[in-house]
Amino acid sequence: MIIAITGLNANDNPGPGVAVIRALREEFGPALTIIGLSYESLEPGIYLDTIVDKTYQIPYPTAGTSALKDRLEYIHEQEGLDLIIPNYDAELYNFIKIAPWLKSMGIKTFLPNHEQLDARDKINLYEFGKKHGFSVPADYKVSNVTDLTKAAEELGYPLVVKGKYYEAYINHTADVAQKSFHLLSAKWGLPIIAQQFIKGTEINIAGLGDGKGNTISVIPMRKLYITDKGKAWAGITIENDDLIKLAQKFVKATEWKGGFELEIMCDADGDFFIMEINPRFPAWIYLTAGAGQNQPAALVRMAMGEDVEPFTEYTVGKMFIRYSWDHIIDIADFQQFSAFGELSVAKVNL
Amino acid sequence: MRIKKNIATSENGFIFNPATGDSFSGNAIASEIILAMKTGIAADEIKQDILQKYEVTADQLDRDWEDWMVQLKEANLLEN
Repeated sequence: MIIAITGLNANDNPGPGVAVIRALREEFGPALTIIGLSYESLEPGIYLDTIVDKTYQIPYPTAGTSALKDRLEYIHEQEGLDLIIPNYDAELYNFIKIAPWLKSMGIKTFLPNHEQLDARDKINLYEFGKKHGFSVPADYKVSNVTDLTKAAEELGYPLVVKGKYYEAYINHTADVAQKSFHLLSAKWGLPIIAQQFIKGTEINIAGLGDGKGNTISVIPMRKLYITDKGKAWAGITIENDDLIKLAQKFVKATEWKGGFELEIMCDADGDFFIMEINPRFPAWIYLTAGAGQNQPAALVRMAMGEDVEPFTEYTVGKMFIRYSWDHIIDIADFQQFSAFGELSVAKVNL
Repeated sequence: MRIKKNIATSENGFIFNPATGDSFSGNAIASEIILAMKTGIAADEIKQDILQKYEVTADQLDRDWEDWMVQLKEANLLEN
């Protein structure tokens, strides 16, 4: 089985790709060939020869679907892909759009549709919550500083300012909020989202839906160590039926197809607020394999046409602790990938 | 006040709440008391056992017990 996977940037704000690959290798062993798809030549996963067999550079999402199709067609000719698992929010729109074309080439995907993708978008999350009965903090879409001031008057401080795709900052004054606005709008575009601050415990849920309203897997994780970018650097699986029901309700309401992550804040009264819904596996997804519900492997099986029964059990108290690692490579590898946009680390001779 | 049934303890005093992911380091006596509370032994019986095992007056134990219950409540380890 040959699977192409994006999200190889295993840095301090990691993409999920390397974790997804680890989970798949654990399940499928040597029968699996992993083709990495990377946007930049310094994504660490490219150079990890126990993780990827070969990596190809692909065009940025802004280049459009035509450029993506051209590149994937070439990669498919070389490798004969069976399945592609995209792992970034920003690329999903294009991959969903070309899914029928991929299918016609014999390449499977297991993705939500555009309506499902849009419904849980940060921009639409509050309306989504109202429609389906989820608690979501109040928010405003902000396109200029005047809007931001109005939002702050309404929501008060601290005020959460979030980028369209990634990043969020908690702001305690108007000056700092404006700085966050300019930074995030320059980086991710407009609008940005000003969201009500909820104080509490951060819990994330990794889940997998079959596209028919059934939840195949749910693993709730309490963040134990949080980086300055708000990412979990350590976490632990927890047992909470209400969280599992929340994820099941989300899958049923949307008939979600594929992996997802619910970012939850549990306030002092024990109420759960959905802060974000990510339309793909999270970077900590390997914990699901460690806890007994290998979500990436289950996704692959469903994508390949197998019937997968919902998981019913997992290990509570299973922890992950992320770490940094200085991986040494030769410049020949870097040069190969930078110059030719493809690299099989094991095959480069110095 | 009853302790939550799913609270996990180890002999060396480590306490884990699987519903929240919170963990606490107690001592061996804390672990022993939690274990007794989990099995449904009444507070008076647990206190009687402590009075027999350790050099402590009943008044001091009552004060410590109240403090213990406040700590358990703050740690979200008691049933609502």
